[in-house]
Amino acid sequence: MIELHQVHKRFGDNRVLQGVNLNIASGSSMVIIGGSGTGKSVLLKCILGLVRPDSGTITLDGQDVTKADRDAFLSRFGMLFQGGALFDSLRVWENVAFRLVRGPKALPKEAARAVAVEKLRRVGLKPATADLFPAELSGGMQKRVGLARAIAAEPEIIFFDEPTTGLDPIMSGVINALIREIVVEMGATAMTITHDMSSVRAIADTVAMLHGGVIRWTGPVSELDATDDPYVQQFIHGRADGPIESVR
Amino acid sequence: MIETTLGSLGRPVLRAVASVGRVVLFAVAVLGHILRPPFYLRELGASLLQIGWYSLPVVGLTAIFTGGALALQIYAGGSRFNAESVVPSIVAIGMTRELGPVLGGLMVAARVASSIAAEIGTMKVTEQIDALVTLSTNPLKYLAVPRVLAATLAMPVLVATGDAIGIMGGWLVGITRLDFNSAAYLKNTVDFLEGWDIGSGLVKGAVFGFIVALMGCYHGMSSARGAQGVGAATKAAVVSASVLILAANYLLTEVFFSS
Repeated sequence: MIELHQVHKRFGDNRVLQGVNLNIASGSSMVIIGGSGTGKSVLLKCILGLVRPDSGTITLDGQDVTKADRDAFLSRFGMLFQGGALFDSLRVWENVAFRLVRGPKALPKEAARAVAVEKLRRVGLKPATADLFPAELSGGMQKRVGLARAIAAEPEIIFFDEPTTGLDPIMSGVINALIREIVVEMGATAMTITHDMSSVRAIADTVAMLHGGVIRWTGPVSELDATDDPYVQQFIHGRADGPIESVR
Repeated sequence: MIETTLGSLGRPVLRAVASVGRVVLFAVAVLGHILRPPFYLRELGASLLQIGWYSLPVVGLTAIFTGGALALQIYAGGSRFNAESVVPSIVAIGMTRELGPVLGGLMVAARVASSIAAEIGTMKVTEQIDALVTLSTNPLKYLAVPRVLAATLAMPVLVATGDAIGIMGGWLVGITRLDFNSAAYLKNTVDFLEGWDIGSGLVKGAVFGFIVALMGCYHGMSSARGAQGVGAATKAAVVSASVLILAANYLLTEVFFSS
């Protein structure tokens, strides 16, 4: 279980996180929703240690993440970045197998390539894609390569940062289905950031809404439409009028 | 009034001191990682190719024209004292001690510091550096150490090549434009050139290589968000590497030759 307690983070005068409390149960899929610039990505980066919170505690299975052995801690995670964050200088299969060929449990090159090709197949990409460079792929293919890299080492916890942003509705549907499939099959804990309500409904077991630096609402996805929280209602229906200022 | 004036004077000084401190800490961190595993030999090889091999043309061209111009200038100056015969030895000493390493260093700074800063800065902007961390890879070790090590190893080789080409440029001008006898020119060059003339230039080259890659990596990793941030990082890398090369050259010359 991942637990966040009173997590604060500010950048200069901008108080992004103002006391976030959140629990993500092992093996569940949580989706974080919220407007642009509300700190969703910062929240993920705080958990991963990419951004240091100003105060508060974040624990993974009861252990403070800031005190855990970094390599052991990170080896439990996979992450799909918003833009893919593929390494331009490496071929697709080398991106996917990046973690597999490094570290104490490094696989031989051929074995790592075979795993990479299998993961690429898993996300719907042909083996011929393996030898291309990221710049030769479309946005949707890059996203899928990023997804293959995130799951290559079969991590226990996977973060997805806006997995369908910039994709057409069909590709979004494919990515959503893939994420759900991977989470169910691998039994992984998933945490997804998205603005896309179809993604929320396809991926989530539970939903949390981040607004004003705090978790405004959290609950099962089945209760999302029924909640009378005006912030959630405005967000999920995409209304301009409501408590959330449309110009931030 | 006084407080405001002191404040406006003090702030840039504090900023400058903080920047120097950050660069020193970065350099110490890079040096600390050089001898500790894991070692990324493939990245080191790729960096040696990029920084060393691909810089050869620009260093060679710079050296041959500098050697030629140097021969013409020394001949013109030497003729005022009937000392035209010093052209070969002064060209050789000038190239090996000063112009080879300094001009080579500046050309490599323009070519390499900019490309390193732009590459790493873009990686930062596109979250590739964050991705490295999540893949249990230390960005400093994976990105900075191979580049700094490669530049430190490659620069002395580039300087030695530039020295030879620069001396050849002087020789070409000497025998074609200044009526020197080829064999006498070469004998004069060899007779007056000492091992330390060459060695000091190679040491300078290694230091300049370290500076170039360090500045490229530091500014790339400190790059602000967006295309403007990467552009600013690239500019800062070239300017700081060039200034530091000139400053380090003076200090090393003091240490090596002031006595």
